[in-house]
Amino acid sequence: MSSISEHEVIIVGGGPAGLTAGLYASRAGLKAVALEKGLIGGQIINAPLVENYPGFPHGIAGSDLGDLMCRQAEKHGLRFITGDVVGVEVADGYKVVRTSDGELRCKVVIAATGSERQKLGVPGEQLLLGRGVSYCATCDGPLFRGETVAVVGGGDVAITEALSLVAFVNKIVVIHRRDELRASAILRERAQSEPKISFLWSTVVSDVLGDDKVRELSLRDVKTVRSFNLEVSGVFVCIGHRPNTDYLAHTLPLDPAGYVITDVQMRTDVPGLFAAGDIRQNSARQVVAAAGDGATAALSAEKFLKGI
Amino acid sequence: MGKPNDVNEASFEAEVIKAANPTLVDFWATWCGPCRMIAPVVEALAEEYAGRMNFAKVNVDAEPKLANKYGIRSIPTLLVFKGGKPVKQLVGNQPKEELKKALDAALQP
Repeated sequence: MSSISEHEVIIVGGGPAGLTAGLYASRAGLKAVALEKGLIGGQIINAPLVENYPGFPHGIAGSDLGDLMCRQAEKHGLRFITGDVVGVEVADGYKVVRTSDGELRCKVVIAATGSERQKLGVPGEQLLLGRGVSYCATCDGPLFRGETVAVVGGGDVAITEALSLVAFVNKIVVIHRRDELRASAILRERAQSEPKISFLWSTVVSDVLGDDKVRELSLRDVKTVRSFNLEVSGVFVCIGHRPNTDYLAHTLPLDPAGYVITDVQMRTDVPGLFAAGDIRQNSARQVVAAAGDGATAALSAEKFLKGI
Repeated sequence: MGKPNDVNEASFEAEVIKAANPTLVDFWATWCGPCRMIAPVVEALAEEYAGRMNFAKVNVDAEPKLANKYGIRSIPTLLVFKGGKPVKQLVGNQPKEELKKALDAALQP
């Protein structure tokens, strides 16, 4: 990549929000590129079946939906660049998107970098990623057939993941820092009546132990402050999401959880900088909502460029 | 040539361990969305590195022993073998540039 390139619109992120923004911007005749660090499609590529995206009465595999969105945007002129964004700077009349490989200059930025699973932030977690530490039970569950695994968290996602593991593993221990689940009643009841699932309440993970693979978790009871170990071969971390907005911290005010604040037209406090999808404060965190945000952001970007 | 070979427990020794060239092995499964996304990237690399590097695929459902032997706990996992041993492990979503870095490193003497 050359050190500085010029574009009309740079969309940061290649998930449903970014791809829809790219589709609309390209169809409006704007020169738009999407910058993505990994694979195009966003978080949905991990979803085996998306059943709540309108137009697919039998559901559609998340990876297929991502691929279709990508091809549709590309057909209308969206181009893709691989790169990891590290910052956005606002200069007089233009913006600079800094990436791991150089700088891209443009008039409008649409930030659509989504969110990712919150990490535990304990020793061993990063080292044993892909060796027993996982953030996606529906992706990796079948690789733990007949084994004992832990699920960390107590919300809907954690309990859904625990229930999805029942088909594969021998035993599931749900580790939750509170003494009751936050998950909805129906999920709670299903989990509590499932013989393979047991619970460790008021407990947090302080260490993931193992050499070439996960062997044990070091745990702490937050009430008694007692520490103990639990033998598991896998740990599925489901303690919420965090928005991928670190690169915007010096450009924009973020809310305390790191989300971007926008108005209903996806405008931020910085003229010409728009945000769409899961990175927005109060986002519904749904594929269709992200796509809607992307469309709105691109239409607002078009108005901005025309000076309307 | 230029397309990843399906390998199994029986052919792994000949096709990967004893291969003259370094070999990239893609551990995948039919139910894995990201695996489907990364497959065309691996195929493109197989074209690009044809003759210098071998490319193989292991279906973890069909070959649980191979998956277990190499500690595959998340897919897609890409393992680069050199001299019969795994020298690099890449887990999950990886852009083409990252994969190329790993392949180029494995091609260094």
